[in-house]
Amino acid sequence: MVETASIAGQETYNYKVVRQFAIMTIVWGVVGMTVGVFIAAQLAWPWLNNMIDVPYFTFGRLRPLHTNAVIFAFGGSALFATSYYVVQRTCHVRLFSDKLAGFTFWGWQTVIVLAAITFPLGLTTTKEYAELEWPIDLLIAVVWITYAIVFFGTLVKRRVSHIYVANWFYAAFIITIAILHIFNNLAVPVSMWKSYSAYAGVQDAMVQWWYGHNAVGFFLTAGFLGMMYYFVPKQAERPVYSYRLSIVHFWALIFTYIWAGPHHLHYTALPDWTQSLGMVMSLILLAPSWGGMINGIMTLSGAWEKLRSDPILRFMIVSISFYGMSTFEGPMMAIRTVNALSHYTDWTIGHVHSGALGWVAMITMGSLYYLIPRLFGRTLYSIKLVEWHFWTSTIGVVLYITAMWVSGIMQGLMWRAVNADGTLTYSFVESVQAMHPYYVTRWFGGVFFLIGMLIMAYNIWKTVTGPKVGEINDAIVAPALAH
Amino acid sequence: MFDSTMFTSQFWEWYIIILTVGSILACFGLILWLGSGHSKTDEKVETMGHVWDESLEEYNNPLPRWWLNMFYFTLWFSVIYLILYPGLGSFAGILGWTELKQYQQEMDAAETRYGPIYAKYAKEPIAALAEDPDAVILGHRLYMTYCTTCHGSDAGGVPGYPNLRDDDWLYGGNPDAIKTTIMNGRQGMMPTATQNGLKSEAEINQVTQYVLSLSGEQHDQAAATEGQKIFGRVCFACHGMEGKGMQAVAPNLTDKIWLYGGSEAKIKESIANGRQGKMPAHGEFLGEAKVHLLATYVYSLSLEK
Repeated sequence: MVETASIAGQETYNYKVVRQFAIMTIVWGVVGMTVGVFIAAQLAWPWLNNMIDVPYFTFGRLRPLHTNAVIFAFGGSALFATSYYVVQRTCHVRLFSDKLAGFTFWGWQTVIVLAAITFPLGLTTTKEYAELEWPIDLLIAVVWITYAIVFFGTLVKRRVSHIYVANWFYAAFIITIAILHIFNNLAVPVSMWKSYSAYAGVQDAMVQWWYGHNAVGFFLTAGFLGMMYYFVPKQAERPVYSYRLSIVHFWALIFTYIWAGPHHLHYTALPDWTQSLGMVMSLILLAPSWGGMINGIMTLSGAWEKLRSDPILRFMIVSISFYGMSTFEGPMMAIRTVNALSHYTDWTIGHVHSGALGWVAMITMGSLYYLIPRLFGRTLYSIKLVEWHFWTSTIGVVLYITAMWVSGIMQGLMWRAVNADGTLTYSFVESVQAMHPYYVTRWFGGVFFLIGMLIMAYNIWKTVTGPKVGEINDAIVAPALAH
Repeated sequence: MFDSTMFTSQFWEWYIIILTVGSILACFGLILWLGSGHSKTDEKVETMGHVWDESLEEYNNPLPRWWLNMFYFTLWFSVIYLILYPGLGSFAGILGWTELKQYQQEMDAAETRYGPIYAKYAKEPIAALAEDPDAVILGHRLYMTYCTTCHGSDAGGVPGYPNLRDDDWLYGGNPDAIKTTIMNGRQGMMPTATQNGLKSEAEINQVTQYVLSLSGEQHDQAAATEGQKIFGRVCFACHGMEGKGMQAVAPNLTDKIWLYGGSEAKIKESIANGRQGKMPAHGEFLGEAKVHLLATYVYSLSLEK
């Protein structure tokens, strides 16, 4: 089979920073999802906004806290953990700099804590997913550039000639997020906690959604595809399905995603031609997205029976299926006429969560179940609990997205319904009232998903505090020689 | 066919056209280049020969045919779409579609279809229409769309936005006055204490006590007596010597109807900081025919009792 040998001198991989980020992924997952469940409850039962007479815990203040916590704290920590692990192990070298890697950990956690303080205080730029004020944006920029130095520094000193496909995706994600973050957040500070965007009017909107959609495309897609390309073949113990497909879908994906932002601004002051380009590029994006899905799922061909016995692999495969589903839904919603119905409705919220819960969170959970025992030299405390986690989170996602599909399409139809005299059939508040049962269902979906996350936290806690089995396998191995 | 008005220079028009066409061609090129290859089952396919991290390998299966077809389909769809619709810079698309034209067409279609209904009612006086259930229902539907945000679904008002069901009218409650209010809007203005020349917190307090006394609320008699003097010097100009207000100028302070709240704290706030009331004009936005029916509905509310 494959020959391996330890590198002389027992050089090791840097597992410390990977462990730190992996554990914080779970902590922030619990926090971010708890806030999510609470704000879902606030939508279903509005009196929860006024329980106590302070503004800090109202929906408007907590919503950006939820989105930032799950995207940047939970998702971000997962990307840091896995990218540091994957780049080391597939380049067969230790991280470029332990100090800089350590700085990215503490820097990123500081950003998260500052977000958790400033959002409830109402300090916000009001740009979606970029709400943090300028001093924190500067810190993010510094941490991110350091991250790039560590990642690319490690790539440069690799011991293998070919760069493994997972690293292409991580690399594209790191570069693009740096550019998006810096340009979207260009602003004129007027005080410590207040700034004004450098762009005005429709240009500000366009830059914001160029950023916003690529936060989805690169942070929540390219980065997590990197995760998929390492952990799926590892857990399935099968080679990646097609190298050729990975090339085509990688280039097509990163190239077309960057155009897709204008579909957030259909039927607005954005010029018609810009809207059209956003729409057609979003449609073209369907095939490149599905290329990733095919490569992930087909990697399992010849080993399908493993899905029956391995809940970790099931997490991964279900997540890839949700990825396929939401990347089909996305291009459809980007079509002008479909968007005319779906825009501003809960359908969008459902779409985002089929990606965020179904794809991003579930691929992360599967990967962490693979990763954490190896980082700590322990076996997973309970496979049975992984099984429970799998079912609670799957039920949670399904409840969530079906509730939002129904309520979103219903909202869209209620808003456009007219009487014989041309007046609107429903007042706005009637459409709000009609949402109530679906908001309750969505809340239940969130509760299921959160329970799953808590089961995971318990399982991981018992794993890392459980008995050690053998040494941690962090010795750098020499690259295998090809046949 | 070409609309250059929104571009600052010809450079940008061509920049967009060339970049877009080039990008779509690049996608075609990518899948033409790597899309060829024979279909085999993956068991017969050799791996690429590279191994990472002890066990990671790659097959090189050909691109699935159905997937390639889907990719081609989206690319061809895009090409056709960009010929028909605006997208390639200043090229307006052969259908001549624009967002504004679509809006105008839909508005015109609605006007043709629904215009006669409103035109019929526009000729009748509001007082008569208020007795016609069909007209009132139509007015109510318009109300539910345009007015509830401020005046509430039951027209009962909220602090700062008047109740339309009581008989208290700041600007007049006859049909014409209501219609004028909706058509042109209203701007209410209560000056601040400073603008009114009140010199101290104590004076504000004294006036507050007096205003409380006007509607028979609990108050500090000594302070109210002082407040009455100030009222007679300052406030009377708009609210009248007896505090009964003046149509279209200032509200009656003796009727226990409060636009901004009648508690001691709220009255004090009104006197100290003043108030800015704004009813937006709807004439241009909705057209007179619809406003006519809205006024009908609002007027009908005062007939209910």
